[in-house]
Amino acid sequence: MTAVQTRPPASESEPRTIARKRGRITVGTALVYFAAFFLAVLWLVPFLWALSTSFKTETEASLGQPIHWIPETWSVEGYRVLFERGDHLAWMINSTVVSTIVTVLTLGLCVLAAYGFSRLDFPGKKVIYAVILAGIMIPPQALIIPLFDVVSALKMVDTYWGLALPQVVAPVMIFILKRFFDAIPRDYEEAAKLDGAGHLRILWSVILPLSGPILAAVGIFTFIGSWNNFLWPLLVANDPSIMTLPVGLGVVAGGYGLFYAQNMAAAILGALPLLIVFMLFQKQIVKGVAGVGLSR
Amino acid sequence: MTTDTETPAAASTAKQPPSRAARAPKRRSWLGLWFVLPFTAVYAVFLLWPMILGLYYSFTDKSLTGRPVTWIGLENWAEAFGDAKAWDSLWNTAWFTILSTPPLVILGLAFALLAHRARKMGWFLRLSFFAPFVIPVSVVTMIWVWMYQPAGGLINHYLGEWGLGGDRLWVFQEDAMGSVVITTVWWTLGFNFLLYLAALQTIPTEVYEAADIDGANPLQKLWSITLPLLKRTTALVIVLQLINSLRIFDQYYLMAGGGSNLSPENVFIQYIYNAGFVGFRVGYASALSYILFVFILIVALVQFRLLSRKED
Repeated sequence: MTAVQTRPPASESEPRTIARKRGRITVGTALVYFAAFFLAVLWLVPFLWALSTSFKTETEASLGQPIHWIPETWSVEGYRVLFERGDHLAWMINSTVVSTIVTVLTLGLCVLAAYGFSRLDFPGKKVIYAVILAGIMIPPQALIIPLFDVVSALKMVDTYWGLALPQVVAPVMIFILKRFFDAIPRDYEEAAKLDGAGHLRILWSVILPLSGPILAAVGIFTFIGSWNNFLWPLLVANDPSIMTLPVGLGVVAGGYGLFYAQNMAAAILGALPLLIVFMLFQKQIVKGVAGVGLSR
Repeated sequence: MTTDTETPAAASTAKQPPSRAARAPKRRSWLGLWFVLPFTAVYAVFLLWPMILGLYYSFTDKSLTGRPVTWIGLENWAEAFGDAKAWDSLWNTAWFTILSTPPLVILGLAFALLAHRARKMGWFLRLSFFAPFVIPVSVVTMIWVWMYQPAGGLINHYLGEWGLGGDRLWVFQEDAMGSVVITTVWWTLGFNFLLYLAALQTIPTEVYEAADIDGANPLQKLWSITLPLLKRTTALVIVLQLINSLRIFDQYYLMAGGGSNLSPENVFIQYIYNAGFVGFRVGYASALSYILFVFILIVALVQFRLLSRKED
């Protein structure tokens, strides 16, 4: 909002595109860049402060005053203790396993179902699709009590499957994929059909190759969502050895007391995997929010 | 919605219109069911069945201790409606929603407008604003609780330095809910920011060029071009935000304790959780869950309408 307001009226007599072509920098543009840069740095402060604290000695970290952004004595003690204790690494492995199961299953099941709803006709199709779509409106948090009952009846408490399977139910992904498949012209499939290809073959060699970006978006979002899921893993993983990273950090690591350097080292290591995923896939994620976030 | 399943695209691309009609009955077979069955099975076991089970439990005295279940009719519901603590926690959830939604929507838009203009810094801005969204909630609360500390905490240090509080002022204690809101805004703003940014990028520049010729100033352009064109996005952002805020649990649960004055029973999901897993009263917790469900459903129905209108 401030961005546009701060532009001086003087520059408005000229269409923006022309101004840009000449490479002129107006006061307004400079202000926009300054404000944007300032906010972006401000937004990074918590990360930077955590990073700074994680490299301090416990004494310096807990002392606090005066504030040192650069540690007086650099120390990797916090990280060393973390690795010695070993549970952090175990949680990371658990999170990786669970999120991978969730992502692979979600992609597999949702792609099959979306293709079925998009390309095939069968008895009860409309009813099933309507029931699945209605599921978009059900908040998973409102189901935790009976869901826990179901999962314990299936003897899945404290197992990877118990953690993963309830997260595979993502009706919104069916909606997104079906909408995408619907938009793929049927012409592409005609040739394959004439060659006698079955539906699985058409899905695999015609539809999927055309769906790269949407599959990436759905996959990355499912992975991030599952990695960061807190409430369900909190309920179903009671044994610290099966806990995922967010639960382990929140429940177990929180209990180690006021070791700030160590805590921040855990925070930095906890943030790192998905920050790396984010940096690698920034383009797909930004596009994916538009698609998966359903703004378009 | 239902008409969409017969895709118009298929009709228009079919080479010979009559052949489609001839083909239609052949396509209608049980084959398609096998494609949707795997997902539908998981969906039924882990979503539909718990929904039904929860409704059933809400009329029983079902307990986590596993003693036999008896039907007690509307007792749980009557208790829930008269439970002052439950309504307190529901009000707290609503209060959090009221406090967090406006900044999350308005700042999301403001940041997106900035990033849209400052294109040369695009990569850096997207990284900085969205990165917090991808990190686990416990990391977020660990960092923020540390920043909120009275002694050695970053925030109170600078507040003190700028004369905005004494040495021992503790943001986290003075207004704990405000602290949760600030943390939540930092954590989740990136999502709304990206929704708005994507929407801004779909606005053709020609629209603005026409306004430039008419001599419109930036404020006029924002008010009469950009904002109206973002109406749909804004509606969706608000609805998604309301749903997310009503579901507050994670960051509250993690920040309660740790020296704050947040009461551990102060949000509704926490109250449900405690009724079920601390008090072992699954039946009562199920009734409470359904009350939350109805609130979210009302908001979600609006979302659903927005979505289906887009699909037309």
